[in-house]
Amino acid sequence: MANPMKIRAASKDGVTEVKVLMSHEMETGQRKDSSGNLVPAHFITELTATWNGKTVLEAQFGPAVSKNPYLAFKFKGGAKGDKVVVSWKDNKGDSRTDEAAIA
Amino acid sequence: MIKQRREVLKTGGGLGVLGLLAAAGVIKPELALAAWNESAFKAGSLEKTLAALGAGKPANSGDISINAPDIAENGAVVPIGVSTSLPKVESIAILIEKNPDALAAIFKLPEGTEANVQTRCKMGQTSNVYALVKADGKFLMAMKEVKVTLGGCGG
Repeated sequence: MANPMKIRAASKDGVTEVKVLMSHEMETGQRKDSSGNLVPAHFITELTATWNGKTVLEAQFGPAVSKNPYLAFKFKGGAKGDKVVVSWKDNKGDSRTDEAAIA
Repeated sequence: MIKQRREVLKTGGGLGVLGLLAAAGVIKPELALAAWNESAFKAGSLEKTLAALGAGKPANSGDISINAPDIAENGAVVPIGVSTSLPKVESIAILIEKNPDALAAIFKLPEGTEANVQTRCKMGQTSNVYALVKADGKFLMAMKEVKVTLGGCGG
């Protein structure tokens, strides 16, 4: 089971900035282990962020996104205390959803 | 071009549950995210990736800025940000020319979300980094070279 994400959302002048740090191996499938076997690819493929039920960002990742992916984006609106929910899904079907209140 | 259009239509028809949600008005059709775009993520070279995304040969735009270091010491973690002042931005893609598969990430931006995203990518070697922006139905692109002193692939 994947570890929780760290989500920070801060509202300023009517714009909310969201920063997400996910905990994921992001294995490319190109790397070999010490005995020369390919390490199978394991990476986040899709991510969705919503604010009050409205989608504010959708992303698709390839294995070229760094281990423990970081993502930052901004959207118009958002008041203190509103919930921002981020969920991701990886290529092995694992998924994770976390939320944070806008500060 | 026609072939690409067919492929786009096919993908649209295969939306399944998301398509139903869109039909039910839960989410707007343009926001419904297609399943992971495997053909684009596994396309390989920059040209093939652009073709898989239906972008063809996008024009360069001075209104797109790529926020990435000139020299990245560690190719495993290269901060890359893309922002643009273009109106009606629908999506932003980050492509790294010399990676095994050029496409690193695609962001779909609903209305109200600013065209300003940042993430971190792996780079196998020194390469040109491209930001592909779809704005008002048109694809535009910007490029920046990032020199890598220690590769991020293979480890």
